[in-house]
Amino acid sequence: MIFSQFMEATGAEIVVRCLAEEGVEFVFGYPGGAVLNIYDEIFKQNKFKHVLVRHEQAAVHAADAYARSTGRVGVALVTSGPGVTNAVTGIATAYMDSVPIVVVTGQVPTPAIGLDAFQEVDTVGITRPCVKHNFLVKDVKDLAATMKKAFIIAATGRPGPVVVDVPKDVTAHLTEFVYPATVEMRSYNPVVKGHSGQLKRAVQMLLEAKRPMIYAGGGVVLGDASAQLVELTRLLGFPITNTLMGLGGYPATDRQNLGMLGMHGTYEANMAMQHCDVLLAVGARFDDRVIGNPEHFAREQRRIIHIDVDPSSISKRVKVDVPIVGDVQNVLTEMLSLLKLAKEKPDAAALNAWWTQIELWRSKNCLNYNRNSPIIKPQYVVEKLWEVTKGDAFVTSDVGQHQMWAAQYYKFDKPRRWINSGGLGTMGVGLPYAMGVQLAHPDAQVACITGESSIQMCIQELSTCKQYRIPIKVVTLNNRYMGMVRQWQEFFYGSRYAESYMESLPDFVKLAEAYGHVGMRIDKPEDVEAALKEAFSPALKERLVFMDFQTDQTENVFPMVEGGKGLSEMILAEEL
Amino acid sequence: MRHIISLLMENEAGALSRVAGLFSARAYNIESLTVAPTEDATLSRMTIVTIGSEDVIEQITKQLNKLVDVIKVMDLTEGRHIERELMLVKVKAVGLGREEMKRTADIFRGRIIDVTDSTYTIELTGTGSKLDAFLEAIDPAFIIETVRTGASGIGRGERSLKV
Repeated sequence: MIFSQFMEATGAEIVVRCLAEEGVEFVFGYPGGAVLNIYDEIFKQNKFKHVLVRHEQAAVHAADAYARSTGRVGVALVTSGPGVTNAVTGIATAYMDSVPIVVVTGQVPTPAIGLDAFQEVDTVGITRPCVKHNFLVKDVKDLAATMKKAFIIAATGRPGPVVVDVPKDVTAHLTEFVYPATVEMRSYNPVVKGHSGQLKRAVQMLLEAKRPMIYAGGGVVLGDASAQLVELTRLLGFPITNTLMGLGGYPATDRQNLGMLGMHGTYEANMAMQHCDVLLAVGARFDDRVIGNPEHFAREQRRIIHIDVDPSSISKRVKVDVPIVGDVQNVLTEMLSLLKLAKEKPDAAALNAWWTQIELWRSKNCLNYNRNSPIIKPQYVVEKLWEVTKGDAFVTSDVGQHQMWAAQYYKFDKPRRWINSGGLGTMGVGLPYAMGVQLAHPDAQVACITGESSIQMCIQELSTCKQYRIPIKVVTLNNRYMGMVRQWQEFFYGSRYAESYMESLPDFVKLAEAYGHVGMRIDKPEDVEAALKEAFSPALKERLVFMDFQTDQTENVFPMVEGGKGLSEMILAEEL
Repeated sequence: MRHIISLLMENEAGALSRVAGLFSARAYNIESLTVAPTEDATLSRMTIVTIGSEDVIEQITKQLNKLVDVIKVMDLTEGRHIERELMLVKVKAVGLGREEMKRTADIFRGRIIDVTDSTYTIELTGTGSKLDAFLEAIDPAFIIETVRTGASGIGRGERSLKV
């Protein structure tokens, strides 16, 4: 215990000390009436750094990205009422992608709760559907234990956001401060170890497979199971695909990796998914953007093994044969040791035939695009970014076409390098995500791949970046359209581009400069590489560089599985 | 299929809304929901009657288990169980109908717990279908008011739900 056990402290001091005890490095926040006592305590301490954002949504996104890129719990602090409602988008984003964050929210004083007080909102009620758990602390004596619970719940089992709502009078009340090392919760005991019988069945099934496939999701990244996944996949010699959230969980440049699957997955990954006879799903949830129409998926006979820490993710959209509930890292480790002991080996002849089929699919070269275009192709920018950063950057993205191109063309070889909003699909996350990542990794290269529409949703954070000298490189693929909306309108709405054209765009170069950053506008393909090299050069290492790439307005993301269609019913670029 | 799901959860403020919110957010049916503290005041016991396919019921129990405040969940309909519901019915009791109403209540083992010169209030317990049967047995024109608690349930024999 760092602090004296017998010293009385105010609720505000307790909040701040709990954060310090948890080893929090950064608190992303925005002050307001209900949290003034807490901010006063933050002023007096030097254990963690407070980062003042320009909008509460960005505070939560930044805390979320800090968590995604480090594996530690991210922390945000906002005031009551509008502070909370602004934060909700960030909280829901973290919830959908199972990211461990703790959000401390101010609340009106307890006697005023329910009286429609100034800046009052039912925080626990408004956030309930988009948190793993939330608390309203009505008694200062419960505060320290509640903070501990919040950190435990956020980080363990299937991670997720936890909100701790603290009324202003509670932050002023005094009590003895003791930070518990842990808190027992009889109602909360996440499963860690997989069922040994199921593990044996799974291993047997894998060894019998003729056309096996491994499908690895965000759970591998969140559960720090990348090393185990790589070992298992190489030991078996099976093909593997990563979901959008799982990119980097298995090296993208490895031959066994068929690339991303799903709505904009590669031809080979989707075909192998559809036609495999044994599927090992690891930390993934068969969602609608991944397997398309579940009935179509079920037409092919295959046996499915599903490893997930959350039992409710198993057999939710797709029935599985061998469910294994447990921590992904733990289960894969067990599986590896069983495989190494097994007398049987995978069927080499069958596997060879399967790989021959896969290579045939792969030879379609489904991610090919026109590299001789006189207009900048967005894919080209991402490819060049990958080259210039030697594939080793942290890349955040916003939501839309650029997100898919980033996922398809930036080959992530390491986990926690690809930070995007997969579940909720929140436009505007890219810039605050990049802030959280860069602060956590001050020496790393951090790129934010975005579009001219998404970037404007949190563009005010350029000011935060100036204040804290956060040298992000913003790669804007500017096609003057909400590209993904435009693409759907072209395909499914007779090219009626209703409200998807971005008129009256700002001059992004001047805008970046107005915020005190470096702006660049790139119009020609031949200038792309030089611009990226300059942005990542030592001369601009300390600067935020905003690159405005004027890209092809008509480019679409391929392959594409239409909503409601089967995974193998892809539209490929060449078919149009 | 109709299922009766029983659960124990921390008797905290907002516990009920976590369950109710889960059902509405995921579009599950609730036919009835009853809740009260147990002999241990830190625990609430809830009985939820719901209708859904086996897949949906499986998801419901998993999602309920996932709520941080929920300690244990049991699908009573998976085994032998007893189900009871309490109903209070206020009926017109005048003229010839007054005696007939008393007899019908007796047949259903109801008790008349409040009497005026023109009304009876009848208390009935049983399964939901027994209460439905009583309401069908009397002339709807005589019913002034009904109030039902929703089902409570408990496992038979050794089968029990406790911490």
